Amino acid sequence: MSAGTLYDKVWDLHRVAELPGGSTQLFIGLHLIHEVTSPQAFAALRDLGLGVRHPERTVATVDHIVPTTSQARPFADPLAEEMLVNLERNCAAHAIPLHGLGSGRQGIVHVIAPELGLTQPGMTVACGDSHTSTHGAFGAIAFGIGTSQVRDVLATQSLALNKLRVRRIWVDGALPPGVYAKDLILHVIRVLGVKGGVGHAYEFAGPAVAALSMEERMTLCNMAIEGGARCGYVNPDATTFAYLEGRPMAPSGTAWERAVAWWSSLASDADASYDDEVRFDASLLSPTVTWGITPAQGIGVDEAVPTPEQLDPQERPIAEEAYRYMNLSPGAAIAGLPVDVCFIGSCTNGRLSDLRAAALVARGRHVAAGIRAFVVPGSEQVARAAEAEGLDRLFREAGFEWREPGCSMCLAMNPDRLEGRQISASSSNRNFKGRQGSASGRTLLMSPAMVAAAAVRGHVTDVRELLAETGRSASAASRQPSLTA
Amino acid sequence: MIASPSLPPLTDAVTSSGFPIGPIPSVEGRAVVLAGDDIDTDRIIPARFLKCVTFEGLGEQVFADDRSELGGSHPFDRPEHSGARLLLVNRNFGCGSSREHAPQALMRWGLRAVIGESFAEIFHGNGLALGLPCLTSGHEQMLAIQAHASSHPTASFVLDVQAAELRCGDQVWALELAPGPRQMLTTGQWDATGQLLANDDALVATVARLPYLNGF
Repeated sequence: MSAGTLYDKVWDLHRVAELPGGSTQLFIGLHLIHEVTSPQAFAALRDLGLGVRHPERTVATVDHIVPTTSQARPFADPLAEEMLVNLERNCAAHAIPLHGLGSGRQGIVHVIAPELGLTQPGMTVACGDSHTSTHGAFGAIAFGIGTSQVRDVLATQSLALNKLRVRRIWVDGALPPGVYAKDLILHVIRVLGVKGGVGHAYEFAGPAVAALSMEERMTLCNMAIEGGARCGYVNPDATTFAYLEGRPMAPSGTAWERAVAWWSSLASDADASYDDEVRFDASLLSPTVTWGITPAQGIGVDEAVPTPEQLDPQERPIAEEAYRYMNLSPGAAIAGLPVDVCFIGSCTNGRLSDLRAAALVARGRHVAAGIRAFVVPGSEQVARAAEAEGLDRLFREAGFEWREPGCSMCLAMNPDRLEGRQISASSSNRNFKGRQGSASGRTLLMSPAMVAAAAVRGHVTDVRELLAETGRSASAASRQPSLTA
Repeated sequence: MIASPSLPPLTDAVTSSGFPIGPIPSVEGRAVVLAGDDIDTDRIIPARFLKCVTFEGLGEQVFADDRSELGGSHPFDRPEHSGARLLLVNRNFGCGSSREHAPQALMRWGLRAVIGESFAEIFHGNGLALGLPCLTSGHEQMLAIQAHASSHPTASFVLDVQAAELRCGDQVWALELAPGPRQMLTTGQWDATGQLLANDDALVATVARLPYLNGF
């Protein structure tokens, strides 16, 4: 059993009671809600005659269903409009702040909470969305939850949970140029599998993680859930504090110094014990691309689709299913595979540094003939900051569409979707069958820079070739100062 | 073994919601096999069906794309499985999105328990919150259970939640269920809201000691 880790400390601080059912009642410091998983929770509150226990610890935005072309109301889709009206009414009735369209603060819930300074070290965070693990980048413990649990948090600001085991993912070395946090997490999931993290929280640590920017850490923690780990986190450090300082909801004045001291005390102790540890070396990584139908089916861009013999026998049935669904042969090279659609965005890779990394590749080039490529900023703040740098113009000149913020084609609950058997190069997080809105559509997950490379070449391309052509340094671009509020 | 008194008989397994209330000592009925690892919640209920403000109607949409792809031969479309109460799966069932629409859709189709080799964390918790027991079995035994169910599609199984045991005729398979969920299900305390509301004094004390809620 773990002891002395940040996870243990935050768990103990937020423990309200042990419940008769055997689980722990854990206080939730920040509850994020959106239009898709909250309507039934509010309806249940009404049925039970309950109110919202801590509306001031609850924050709402709209992201999953919003169109990214025109966001004028009412939406063309009456069901989407109904969901938005429902959320607006529920927030008004319970005095919950809502960062709606055009507020200047709307965006994907996992993008806006960090950029507003809502997400802070040592907090417990919950949201009716599995990618809530993103907030662990700050040294918060963040849980994706279902709608009954959304109801519980609304009613009681707490959850009935069982404590997870803690696995330390130690990463030595440094990411080479053209290799990003996305490649690191895809590689971790490739090695540990989509079920390797079930029952665990992942603590990401080591020199390669310490060197990551906050936005890169968010990408890393965002996909912990794709490896089966409900929570992923990074211990708070000077990078964390520098990101938070001055943000609207971050502490200020004399409270700032006290906050930094407290946050620092929460990091895992040097002699903390973990349930287990797995080690990686970042310097050995290549840009990684998924070839199949689970996020663990990833390979280096210079590798070939694995043959059944190369796989663990237990992984062969799902690989066989993936060969059929993706129409890929074992042993085929992934580089050179033609794509139809290129999507840059999502809670995984829709932040300013992601757009900069993609822009560096797109600059002075043009989207290949027949390819539909689009860029969806993760939030209104990301969009305005990118526009201030001229990234919108750069992308448009390169043949990309520049869209309004939202979840877009990550999950296709809005008009952005694949058609028929189309293949996408996507900076999102899931390559499940049908995920991007077509029951036979196919998804290749990769970093935003790799998506941009696929867009300009029209097929899967090692972004390092394009960066070398122009002598552009990708790692320098991704480590520019991040968005300021 | 008798069926749980909290489970009313389902007259129409496809459309009835008839969700459990109170203790769930056992679940009895026919079993449907869904073989394969890593069956994600996007497959259980594709995202387009989440555009709704109630969970009604999800029962008809469960596995919509998989069923359409198989043109009527999907296990959920086979007439012998209509009205089945138990779902038999393999590893990492319910991975992916946190959508509670997934267990909702399975339950609205008529299922009342899932047995598999392993479950994704959030799916397991969502199931528990709805009174959908999710029990686990080792790999070889799971294949044996699935083989038995496939060769006896009309046989009635009894899942004894208290004993964590599955029975069919004279066959008995030992399953696993952690003590917490087992106690919650068998005592009827799987719906957490009431338990959480009961500790408001302790909640107030927690708020008072958290630095970030008190100006650090």
